[in-house]
Amino acid sequence: MSSAIAPQERLIASVARLIMEKQPTGRLHVAVGMASPVPAAACWLLKKSGVPIRISLLQRQTGGPFSEGGRELFDLAGQGRIDLFFLGGGEIDGEANINMVGTGAWPGTEVRFPGSFGSAFMYLVTPRTILFREEHSRRVLVDRVAHISAPGRSRPEVVRRGSAQALVTGRCIFRFDGDRFHLASVHPGETTQSIVENTGFAFEIPDFVPVTPDPTEAELALLRGAVCDEMLTTYPDFCQRVWGRSPAEREKTQA
Amino acid sequence: MTVLALDALAALVPDGALLALPPDDSLTPSALVRALIRRNVRQLRLVGVPTAGLGVDLLVGAGCVASVETSAASLGEAGTAPRFAAAVKAGTLRVIDATCPAIHTALQAAEKGVPFMPLRGVLGSDVLAHRPDWHVMANPFTVDDDPILVLPALQPDIAAFHAVCADEEGNVWVGRRRELATMAHASRFSLVTVERMVSGNLLADERMAPGVISGVYVEAVAVARRGAWPGGVLDEYPADRAHIMAYAREARTEAGFAAYLARHVLNASAQDAA
Repeated sequence: MSSAIAPQERLIASVARLIMEKQPTGRLHVAVGMASPVPAAACWLLKKSGVPIRISLLQRQTGGPFSEGGRELFDLAGQGRIDLFFLGGGEIDGEANINMVGTGAWPGTEVRFPGSFGSAFMYLVTPRTILFREEHSRRVLVDRVAHISAPGRSRPEVVRRGSAQALVTGRCIFRFDGDRFHLASVHPGETTQSIVENTGFAFEIPDFVPVTPDPTEAELALLRGAVCDEMLTTYPDFCQRVWGRSPAEREKTQA
Repeated sequence: MTVLALDALAALVPDGALLALPPDDSLTPSALVRALIRRNVRQLRLVGVPTAGLGVDLLVGAGCVASVETSAASLGEAGTAPRFAAAVKAGTLRVIDATCPAIHTALQAAEKGVPFMPLRGVLGSDVLAHRPDWHVMANPFTVDDDPILVLPALQPDIAAFHAVCADEEGNVWVGRRRELATMAHASRFSLVTVERMVSGNLLADERMAPGVISGVYVEAVAVARRGAWPGGVLDEYPADRAHIMAYAREARTEAGFAAYLARHVLNASAQDAA
């Protein structure tokens, strides 16, 4: 029997299932931005499970996926050659708008978030976006974002390949239908009521809301072994926190 | 191209310059940033290519900066860039928000010598709403209703970055960090710190040439061993994460930042010049 399932392990497995929901005809190309350990781990979980997925991880000092500099990701995405990307946000609202700029007057005089990064571009040119934000509170999931870094919807004349597929949080999974969020599942310990209480935007609630499934034993074994191995260099703090493993320990076991 | 001491390189950056800098993970010229603070540079207009990291945060905290154009300011896993965030809150810094591909594209326009270049996406973002210098035009190649963003060419006065090595021709080697090439090509000139000088001509080496930025663009070079620290350099040395984490904590307060500056910048010229 495995030890208790970490909340992050459930999130990783959930994101992996969402990635696999819509398979393109060719090989799926998923890009993962900076500071995104859960999405990165979800991609590694699929790859280590034998799924023919191409992963482009931006957060690597060496051995990265591109040779034309930082702009290559955006050039690929502009052509439609990235199938799926991940975005988060300091605020996310019920129309799937994301705010990475801040609150208060522009450019964030109340609380300044880091900034929009590539979101204003990637959200429109990428066919699928999975929104991920572990903190699920009324502070983050708001009725209306203070500023729109990247819009969840666009006017019909605006060229756009897709929008949010889903929003994964530390409490639940929402699906986005292009208009509104629908509660898809709640993580263990949460209820429809607790989600309503902690969410600042209105969303659809189906008659039956399932509990987000646990990762399988096989998935847990991969996460704690091969996936963690891949993540140790790029996300040492995350690996330490979730799996209690450090890069030094890896060097020891390899020696 | 001339080979200068680090402080002489810093002296080539005039007050008020439009200065392009890469973020922490892309050959950031940390030693030069520290030298700029020691030279007490003022009113810099910085461009984060395409984001800003510790170097920009130091310059902002030290009072060297009038404005920052960037897609984000962040210390990565260490979180918020504390002095940048404090200056935004205090209203003492002009921030010109962008989005990563817009900065790359605007530099590419300057690189080609054309006045503007289009980019998909971005329509509907408040980033665009706050950029009176960006325009939306009708795609002239279709009769359909197809609005598209056009960005004005961005020509920095100076591009500053760190490289692994330079040769006697002023060619510098940055490996796969080709966004630095775009930045160098687009700017009036580049100032480059390097780990070491090498003999011969890097462009004569077919294996090295694809990672070279030609000396055509390079005004001057200074040797600064471990000059990206606390950032990393390709496979030469990793980023000093513990140091960046410690900075993120310490620089949350003015006093903490002043102490950091005294310890690692103002009294550090000997160690940077080594």
